[in-house]
Amino acid sequence: MDLFEYQARDMFEAHGVPVLAGIVAETVEEARAAAVTIGAGSRAVVVVKAQVKVGGRGKAGGVKVAKSPDEAAEAASQILGMGIKGHTVHKVMIAAGAQIEQEYYFSVLLDRANRSSLAMASKEGGVEIEVLAVERPEALARIPVDPIVGIDSAKAKEIVEAANFDEDVKGQIAEAIQKLWTVYRDEDATLVEVNPLVKTADGTIVALDGKVTLDDNAGFRHPGHAALEDKASADPLEAAAKAKDLNYVKLSGSVGIIGNGAGLVMSTLDCVAYAGEEFGGPGEHPEPANFLDIGGGASAKVMTDGLHIILGDEQVKSVFVNVFGGITSCDAVAHGIVGALKVLGDEATKPLVVRLDGNNVDEGRRILADAAHPLVTVEETMDGAARKAAELAYAADKN
Amino acid sequence: MAIFLTASSKVIVQGMTGSEGQKHTQLMLASGTNIVGGVTPGKGGQKVEFDSGVSIPVFGSVAEAVEATGADVTVVFVPAKFTKAAVMEAIDAKIPLAVVITEGVAVKDSAEFWTYAKQSGGTRIIGPNCPGIISPGASNAGIIPSTIAGAGRIGLVSKSGTLTYQMIYELRDFGFSTAVGIGGDPIIGTTHIDCLEAFQNDPDTDAIVMIGEIGGDAEERAAAYIKEHVTKPVVGYVAGFTAPEGKTMGHAGAIVSGSSGTAAAKQEALEAAGVKVGKTPSATAELMREVMKKLV
Repeated sequence: MDLFEYQARDMFEAHGVPVLAGIVAETVEEARAAAVTIGAGSRAVVVVKAQVKVGGRGKAGGVKVAKSPDEAAEAASQILGMGIKGHTVHKVMIAAGAQIEQEYYFSVLLDRANRSSLAMASKEGGVEIEVLAVERPEALARIPVDPIVGIDSAKAKEIVEAANFDEDVKGQIAEAIQKLWTVYRDEDATLVEVNPLVKTADGTIVALDGKVTLDDNAGFRHPGHAALEDKASADPLEAAAKAKDLNYVKLSGSVGIIGNGAGLVMSTLDCVAYAGEEFGGPGEHPEPANFLDIGGGASAKVMTDGLHIILGDEQVKSVFVNVFGGITSCDAVAHGIVGALKVLGDEATKPLVVRLDGNNVDEGRRILADAAHPLVTVEETMDGAARKAAELAYAADKN
Repeated sequence: MAIFLTASSKVIVQGMTGSEGQKHTQLMLASGTNIVGGVTPGKGGQKVEFDSGVSIPVFGSVAEAVEATGADVTVVFVPAKFTKAAVMEAIDAKIPLAVVITEGVAVKDSAEFWTYAKQSGGTRIIGPNCPGIISPGASNAGIIPSTIAGAGRIGLVSKSGTLTYQMIYELRDFGFSTAVGIGGDPIIGTTHIDCLEAFQNDPDTDAIVMIGEIGGDAEERAAAYIKEHVTKPVVGYVAGFTAPEGKTMGHAGAIVSGSSGTAAAKQEALEAAGVKVGKTPSATAELMREVMKKLV
């Protein structure tokens, strides 16, 4: 789960990382009140920042400086509701302004390739770090971090030296990055990034913008993390699937997909997309409507839940059920499908293409044949079933 | 012979007394695995009876189980929140192979137990969040359904569980020396490269199927390894060409991997290394059939 900037700020503050005052607001009036609290007008400016989980908000007009509470309210009214790269702005953060003298970069993240953690630091922050990494890799120091030892004072010293930070702030930065490590470690983050980490005119180090990604698998250690979830922006079908413990991602096409196992479902999406190329012209090809992994079991209950979600998607014109029977053999899966259709009753209105393979496949296919449900077509191969499902979706779209 | 797991492997099951552990111990026994014990803290001294009349002793710790049975493989079924402790215990007991089936393990925990295993130097880890490893006809450590697997001379390494089953099933007439489901988590113990190396050195493996999926750069690195070190024919498959951009893959992650992590990039890298890549799982199986027919 990626956090909003204001959530990252709050988390940094809780772990002792130096940050500026910042208050989140969802309405213009809240923004005005926040600006008053932070002291806009009396001693300094405030910055009104769009809260979206995507970069480039400054260029899109999502960050504005305000000299008074009225100006902050005006800025908030312009920013709230604005669309930035497809993300609608529902919240702004009112942050204290800062006199920036120098911008740096720091991050610590999971390093998949080395099965470890990695710190990255640069004297040249504030820029797009992926551009810097490509164009001038020597300007971005990369220091491996042992996941068990972490960033202790010796490691912090190594990092500030490698990044060649300005001499007067090396000590402060070393302290800040040890605190950022505690955010990474204690919150089970897979990424903690500060860009920019700034030196203000009075020589103080502050984390001005933060990005944090939390490991969803570590939720058992962090009951508080559930509250950080962005429910407002969640797709309603995705939210409904999550409530049923289903692994579902909404896509834009018309072929609903259910399968068991993430790899098999991803492969199913690919097969449907390839098969879809045979039908219609450019822009008309039927494509996958979703990713839905019901896991290994494929019981009647989980099949019912899965079909319920997919049939609730108005864009779906056909459904492809692709199950490989391993531990749960195909006869059990076939009973699951028949049982699910019985429970769904009139709700099941779209054609279903079923492909079963694996343990006891003949019995599974016989059960489906005996049930002779008018909506169900059984195909023997995954490629053939993908083609059939695409064909049915295309035909339904044409009518 | 086979890789990592053979007929003589002595297997213990951590979490054998739990429902998943018990169910899969039964299935592993049915597929001929030599299971010598179970481990559940606090339940040492008990015995668990299985269908065929086999009675398996339960030990309170991995160290006790190893001491009493000479076990050299452990299969870990304990819940995610206890997985790190269970694997650390196996590493401390110097067990040569730990197969971690549990899904949903926090990535920090995986990073820590992998680092600990590397520093200790005595334990190979497969997983977590994987279906395990099977050497058909010899031994089965994990949850791969042995009833669909034939013994033969193909080696298989895969990130995905169900695609492993699909491929084993499609090629059951040719059969496998060993099939390894390494898991698709961001941090895993045994990699594609580890398996490629072992298959290359295994006299009973003639050709290799490698299955990858989007995310990370393991496939790209495997491709580079194949180019340098693998002389046996390799056929590949990559899932996820049409999957939406991974939500957990931030830009900083892409910098580390040095690659976009897309399926297209992986396919390109594999093909550049001389690996034939199938468009669908069935097409991939077909490519392997052609390879095997030529070898016969």
